[in-house]
Amino acid sequence: MMERALPPSRFGQWFNTSGWRTIIIAAPYLWLTAFFFLPFLIVLAISLASNAGTSPPFQFAAEAPYVHADNFRRLISDDLFFRAYIASILNAGLTTALCLLIGYPMALALTRFSRSVRNILLMLVILPFWTSFLLRIYAWIGLMGANSWFNKGLTALYNLITPDAYALRFIPMMNTSFAVVLVMVYCYLPFMILPLYANLEKLDMTLNEAAMDLGSRPFQVFKDVTLPLSVPGIIAGGLLVFIPASGELVIPSLVGNSSTPLIGRVISDQFSYARDWPMAAAVAIALLVLLVGPMMAYTHFESRAQRRPGDDA
Amino acid sequence: MMEERARQAEDGAGFIRIENVSKSFGSFKAVDEVSLSISKGELFALLGGSGCGKTTLLRMLAGFETPDAGRIFIDGQDMAGVAPYDRPVNMMFQSYALFPHMTVEGNIGYGLKYEAMSDAERKDRVREMLELVQLTPLAGRKPHQISGGQRQRVALARALARQPKLLLLDEPLGALDKKLREHTQFELMNIQYKTGVTFVVVTHDQEEAMTLANRIAVMDKGVVRQIGSPTEIYENPKSRFVADFIGSINRFAAAIVYVKDGIAVLDCAELGQPLQARAEDGFEPGMRVTAAVRPEKITISRERPEAGNVLSAVVHDLGYFGKDSLYRLQLPTGKMISASVVNTRRAGENERIAQWDDAVFLAFDPASVILLRD
Repeated sequence: MMERALPPSRFGQWFNTSGWRTIIIAAPYLWLTAFFFLPFLIVLAISLASNAGTSPPFQFAAEAPYVHADNFRRLISDDLFFRAYIASILNAGLTTALCLLIGYPMALALTRFSRSVRNILLMLVILPFWTSFLLRIYAWIGLMGANSWFNKGLTALYNLITPDAYALRFIPMMNTSFAVVLVMVYCYLPFMILPLYANLEKLDMTLNEAAMDLGSRPFQVFKDVTLPLSVPGIIAGGLLVFIPASGELVIPSLVGNSSTPLIGRVISDQFSYARDWPMAAAVAIALLVLLVGPMMAYTHFESRAQRRPGDDA
Repeated sequence: MMEERARQAEDGAGFIRIENVSKSFGSFKAVDEVSLSISKGELFALLGGSGCGKTTLLRMLAGFETPDAGRIFIDGQDMAGVAPYDRPVNMMFQSYALFPHMTVEGNIGYGLKYEAMSDAERKDRVREMLELVQLTPLAGRKPHQISGGQRQRVALARALARQPKLLLLDEPLGALDKKLREHTQFELMNIQYKTGVTFVVVTHDQEEAMTLANRIAVMDKGVVRQIGSPTEIYENPKSRFVADFIGSINRFAAAIVYVKDGIAVLDCAELGQPLQARAEDGFEPGMRVTAAVRPEKITISRERPEAGNVLSAVVHDLGYFGKDSLYRLQLPTGKMISASVVNTRRAGENERIAQWDDAVFLAFDPASVILLRD
């Protein structure tokens, strides 16, 4: 009892007053700096170097300014890259749109179940993650093959509605853009459902009742209340699907058509087959700018709109 | 104003009829065989504690719940199978349920969106509503940019914009602080009078019901216990439940000994002396009853007064509330009685009629005694 407390050290004092908060806030920033920003700078630096037979296979120019933009110039001039970007963005856009179309009703339906049923259904949404990503793609390859029940069933359905003259023995699905979109929608659907569900679940049901009380039919209630209030969820889910989908490499190379290269494939080929690291880096940087640029513009305008009171009367 | 309202009410008797309506959730009977008739232009209150069925009844009027049995008529029209969006009824929600992504103007005008009317008419109606609730300068604000009281007025204007035959208000003053409540209460009555719309208010707050409504239905466990004007409910409760629920009351178990000259004399062990009450129809000698007296009907004095009922007591406790004081007094039998005294005179602490442990006399008129059947 008579023991006197040690005078607190300077660090202890600092820690107790504001230090712990600083450390907690700093931790994610340090993480982002070490594992995102620094690697990004390295990639950026490589994109400004020249291809060389050295190891690693790039070289900076011998004299100031040591860097050049030749790779970016090639990026713009070569038609191949442009087509790959367009194809990737269209592909990712279509995947995102389909995920939204399928995922929105599912997320909305989830919110209408009782809590216990809801948890089971949510589990089912997440369940596919427990199987290897590659295994699931190979499963689809099996399903799309000419002799699978899936293909046979679809073919039968197709033959039922088309004249006999156009009857098919099977539907060629493998190695088509259709296969790419189908498997991508399947793989990315949970990334759309989960943020949408999180958003829709928070919405106040009395708002729906209020709208109905004010003379709106169920679909009008959805259009006027639920849909506008779920825009943040749509954006979050859309980004979570669109961004990885636009750089997707594995799915197009396993089930896709090699004659229409997607940008992930281009980066991979430049990096491994052509051993042109600077070019691969330039393609990756350009993709990042293409994706992050519009996002930052959106955030900027969104926050400006938020700050102005009552501007959309 | 009151007379005008009474006249209006007489013209449209049975404007809203609830006939033997029941509703259960699982094994819980929320509303049990309730029948009510509400007149046109009336401000009617459904009063009761939580789980008494008042909100369920309100939601059935709005069309959000379907009665298991019974029928609801609004202006002669059977509401069975009529969806909420087709009913001539609008509701002001307890949480207000304002659309956060719409402006004040957008919220008020929302109910007119799918109405068959021209844009000019729609604009006029919204302007009219904004003026009615004095929110014209805030028309362009979003709900999160205005105060709680203003939000309440937006909710009211939004519900009135469609000119409903019936307006339902779920705890309309519940979310407001005390000062704002008093002001809003009168504003609500004023708007009801101006628009002539029939209001049905659900509340658990007896004071709110008493000041707002011209008729109150007291509900308990899905059953309507009593319907009447605020005065009837307060001064003539028909059951112990209603007597206890509205205000506070002193209760004594008693038995009627005899009735003479309009005065019933009761034997009351808890008081240790006979009790006089005004005789009422249906109460005969020999009956066991509960006699009840409201605290404010009891006067406290130092000298023995002349009155129908005089009791001696000792001050056990007293609470000073400013405008009145509440005394807890102990009778020689040990029974505790509450009496409230309005502080009509400006007096210091030592000038009160009675202090702790003072011996005093309590007096009340036989007419102040309420007889309740056990």
